[in-house]
Amino acid sequence: MSKKDSNLLNLVLTLFIIAALAAILLALVNKITSGPIADAQQQKEKDALQKVLPSFTDLKTIYIANIDGSDSLKVYEAISNGSVVGYAVNTYTMQGFNGRIEVMVGFDTTLTIINTEVINQAETPGLGDKITKPDFREQFKGKNPENFILKVKKDKGDVDAITASTITSRAFCDALDRAYRSLKAWKGGA
Amino acid sequence: MNQWQNFTKGILKENPVLVLVLGMCPALATTSSAINGLGMGLAFTFVLALSNVIISAVRKMVPNIIRIPIFIVIIATFVTIVDMVMHAYVPDLYKALGIFIPLIVVNCIVLGRAEAFASKNNILSSLVDGLGMGVGFTLLLTVLGSIREILGAGSIFGYKFIAPTADGILVFILAPGAFLTLAILMALNNLYKNKTSKTTKNS
Repeated sequence: MSKKDSNLLNLVLTLFIIAALAAILLALVNKITSGPIADAQQQKEKDALQKVLPSFTDLKTIYIANIDGSDSLKVYEAISNGSVVGYAVNTYTMQGFNGRIEVMVGFDTTLTIINTEVINQAETPGLGDKITKPDFREQFKGKNPENFILKVKKDKGDVDAITASTITSRAFCDALDRAYRSLKAWKGGA
Repeated sequence: MNQWQNFTKGILKENPVLVLVLGMCPALATTSSAINGLGMGLAFTFVLALSNVIISAVRKMVPNIIRIPIFIVIIATFVTIVDMVMHAYVPDLYKALGIFIPLIVVNCIVLGRAEAFASKNNILSSLVDGLGMGVGFTLLLTVLGSIREILGAGSIFGYKFIAPTADGILVFILAPGAFLTLAILMALNNLYKNKTSKTTKNS
């Protein structure tokens, strides 16, 4: 069978039909998957909140001023039976080895760290990505940054850095420090 | 050539990575663990098999001078479908593979098979060719990922078999490890090929 002539009408028609079919197919798939994609993102945040906060009955979302940055930080206020029991700060740092790291930090009302959870990171697999494992984050539990300096030991702080990942460890401390100081400033002013 | 030979040629004789040396970018970058290699390979197989089928089906309707843009549109459609489906149902794997899923569009194996095989053969042969090449790619990526994960992290498919606090040989998880491991696999494949061709000459 001979191929179609390469005249202009044929070219335009063929390309148009193929592109239109592709667009319809993609629209259908998008319709099916957009729900689960949004759910997965929300579920991730919900899971993180449950891990870093004491048990709560109600959540209130507030935005507080970022102590050293222009954009505000998102804070979830955990409320149990009418009284505030803790805060979860969605904090970040730009000093990661591969750019931005997003961390959820839970504080109780005395600003003691309850737990931390990494939301987004792109650190080196096998080295920096150990911040997602509990071994490194264990040391922050129950520490109040008032008397626990959020710096790695190399920088005269109290944090044990991950071997061979000082930059990532520093970045993680930076994110926590930002959350702590912003929250403290907000509480002091409120 | 029967369909079985058509299928198996992608696995060793014309393995896309080991022999044709195509698709190096995802082969090196995504194989830091066995599961990443397997996931990448499966996504790739899906795109390759389906785009081969569609391209083979439309090959007589497509005017010659715009065949490449049409192939690209078809491939890009399947890649985007894989991208959205993975994002929705396997978000962790999707995050690990990152940019390499959308980049399947410009992967030379897919376009290479479309141009060299699917545009000249019937639908069944093209499907078999796509599956064979995909399985070859998947196997290689899984083996590459397994070796790197075993040596670099002391685990296999996420199950750690060395002490939980111990580290593996880190270089294998990082980029140089990918090159070293791939080079060794290629060398072994060539050794095997040389041996078998010698025995056939002698007999």
